[in-house]
Amino acid sequence: MKFFNFHLMPYRHADLEAIGRNGSAWVTFSNRHYDPHKGAELYHDYLDQLELADQLGFDGVCLNEHHQTAYGMMPIPGVLAGALARSLKRAKLAILGRALPLLNNPLMVAEEYAILDNLTRGRLIAGFVRGIGAEYHAMGINPAYSQERFAEAHDLIVRAWTEPGPFAYAGKHYQFKYVNPWPRPYQTPHPPIWIPSQGSGSTIRWAARMRYTYCQTLSPIAAVARFFQMYREEADKAGYRALPDQLAWSNTIYVGETDKKAVREARPHLDALMNYFLKMPTEMLLPPGYTDPGSMKRVRAAKVTGKPQSIDDVIKHGVVIVGGPNTVREKLAEYQDLAGFNTSLTKTQFGTLPDDMARANMTAIAEEILPHFRDRLPAGVQREAAE
Amino acid sequence: MADHTDEMIAIGSCRIRLMRGGRGAPLLFLHGGGGIGIWLPCMARLAKKFDVIVPEHPGFGASDTPEWLDNIADLANFYLDFLEQYDLRGVHLVGSSLGGWIAAELAVRSATRLASLTLIGAAGIHVKGVEQVDTFLSSEEQRIRDLFYDQELAEAVLVSSQRPELEDAALKNRMITAKLSWQPRSHDPNLRKWLHRIKLPTLLIWGAHDRLFPQDYAFVYQQLITGSKAVVLAECGHLPHIEKGDEFAAELERFVDGMRIAA
Repeated sequence: MKFFNFHLMPYRHADLEAIGRNGSAWVTFSNRHYDPHKGAELYHDYLDQLELADQLGFDGVCLNEHHQTAYGMMPIPGVLAGALARSLKRAKLAILGRALPLLNNPLMVAEEYAILDNLTRGRLIAGFVRGIGAEYHAMGINPAYSQERFAEAHDLIVRAWTEPGPFAYAGKHYQFKYVNPWPRPYQTPHPPIWIPSQGSGSTIRWAARMRYTYCQTLSPIAAVARFFQMYREEADKAGYRALPDQLAWSNTIYVGETDKKAVREARPHLDALMNYFLKMPTEMLLPPGYTDPGSMKRVRAAKVTGKPQSIDDVIKHGVVIVGGPNTVREKLAEYQDLAGFNTSLTKTQFGTLPDDMARANMTAIAEEILPHFRDRLPAGVQREAAE
Repeated sequence: MADHTDEMIAIGSCRIRLMRGGRGAPLLFLHGGGGIGIWLPCMARLAKKFDVIVPEHPGFGASDTPEWLDNIADLANFYLDFLEQYDLRGVHLVGSSLGGWIAAELAVRSATRLASLTLIGAAGIHVKGVEQVDTFLSSEEQRIRDLFYDQELAEAVLVSSQRPELEDAALKNRMITAKLSWQPRSHDPNLRKWLHRIKLPTLLIWGAHDRLFPQDYAFVYQQLITGSKAVVLAECGHLPHIEKGDEFAAELERFVDGMRIAA
C-alpha cells in the first residue's frame, strides 16, 4: 500500500463556539475570525509537517482546494504546492484537486499543473474535482452548470497537454483562439489524473472508463467498499481489469500508545473536524442543480447533513482509524481487504490537533504502520497473485 | 363548471403546460421561480374580464426542459414564439418575480403584440445597497416565510408544500431557477441599459414588505421605464397576486380601464 499524507490545513485556532453559533465554518463564517499572525504560523507549521512526511517515507503529500472557510486555508493550492515543489525530495505532490467548474479559465490549471510537474521533475499528481456545493455559493458559479463545466474544462486541459499547440477551442463555456500553453507537462503524456468524489455514481463510472485513480472522500468503510466495487464493475464493463492502485481511500489515522489513550487524545480534535469544521446546512452543501434530483431526494430523505456525529460511531464505522499500533494495523488491513484499495490518503493532522501531536502521530504512523504495509496488497489480489 | 382549461401544448418541439380561462383581451401571466401550481383566485377573478393565459415555463413543473434553455433571454424569445404561434395581439403581459424579468426582457425585444406591461416584485435588474434575502441559502421553511408578510398564510403554505407528490416539481423548479438566476444573481446587467425602449403603459405592483426584491426595486424600475406607475400594497410580501389577490386584481383592472379612458 502507498501512503500519502493528506493535509486540509484547517484554521485550527477558529473559535468553535462562534462556528456553532453561525451554523457553519463556511461562506458565511466571517473572516474577521481569521488572525493573520496565527494563520501565518499555521501555514509554516503545516508546510513543515508535509516536509516531515517526505523525510519519514510517506509516498506523497496531498493538498486540496476549498474557498471561504476555516475548514481549510488552501483556496489556491498551487501556491502551497509551489512552496513544496523544491523542498520535497522524494514524495509525490498531489493536488486533490483543483475545482474546475469554479474557473473561468481552465487553461490556467493546465499551466499551473505543468509548472509543478516540471518543478518536481514529474512527481505531480493532477487532481480534478467539481468542488463541494459551498464553493458555488462562495465563488458565484452557477451549480446547475457544474457538471458541464467540469467535463468541458477537463477535456480542454487534457487536450492542451497532449495536442501540439496552438489550436483553437470553441466550447459552450470556454472559448480560446489560441491554446498553446508553455510549459508542457514533464510527464508523458501528462501527470496522472486522480478524481476525488463523495461517491457520485456518474463520477465513479466516468473515472473508471477514463482509468483515472478514484479517491473516496470521508465515508464509512462499508460505503467505501461499495463505491470501489462499483468502480471495478465499471472497469469490467469498459473491458479492462481495475488495479488496486486505481483506488485510493481518504481517511484519518491517529496512532497512540494504547487504544484508550489514542481515542482520548484524538477525540476533541476529531469532534472539531466532524462537528464544527465540516458542518453546513443542506442548502449550502447541495445547491440546486449541483446534483441530479434523484440524488437530491435521497439526501433529503436521509437527512444526513447537520446531524452531530459521535466520535465513537465515526471510529466504529471505519470513517477514521484511531488506536494503538496493533489496532490500527489490524483495522487498516481489514479495511484494505474489504474495499480493495492500494492507496491510503491519510490525514495525520485533523481539526484542532496541535503541531506536536500531529508530528508525533506522523512519526508513529511512519514507524509502526508504514513498514507493515509497504508490500501488502488487498486480499483478493494476493490470492490471484498466488494462483 | 371549470372556468379554465389545463392542458399540455407545444411551441415548436417544446411541450409546456398551459392554463387558460375567461374572455376578453388576452392577459399572459408569467410565473416566478416557485413555479405555478394552481389556478389562483386572482386568475378566476381576472378571467371575468380577460382571456387569462398562464403557461408553466419550459424547465418548470410538468413542462419540458429543452436543451436550449440556459437563461432568461431564452425564455423571452420562447414567449415571443408563443405569442406568434397563438397569434395573440393587444396582450396585457404580467410577470411576477423571475416571470417579471422574462416579461421585461420580452418587452425590450418586441412590444408589437403587447398592449401593456405589469411587473410584480420583478427580478431582472440589480439595485445597489438594498438588503435582499439569499433564497438559495435559506432553509425551506425560511424561504417560504420570507415570501409572505402574513405569517399565518406562510404557515398554511408551509403545510401544503410538504405534500410528497409536490416534491419532484419543487426540486425541478429550484434547479431551473438556479440555472436561470444564480449568477449574476437574479439580474442581467445588460437589461437596464435597454428598459427605456419600453414605451408601453407599465404598471409596477410591489408588496411593501417584499424581502426578495424590496420596493426600492419598484422605484428604480419606475425611473427606467418612462411613464410607468408604481403601486405598493401595504401588509404584503413578495407575491401580491397570492397574498393580496383581490387588491392586485383590482389594481390591474383599474390600470387597464384607465388605459381605455386615455385612449
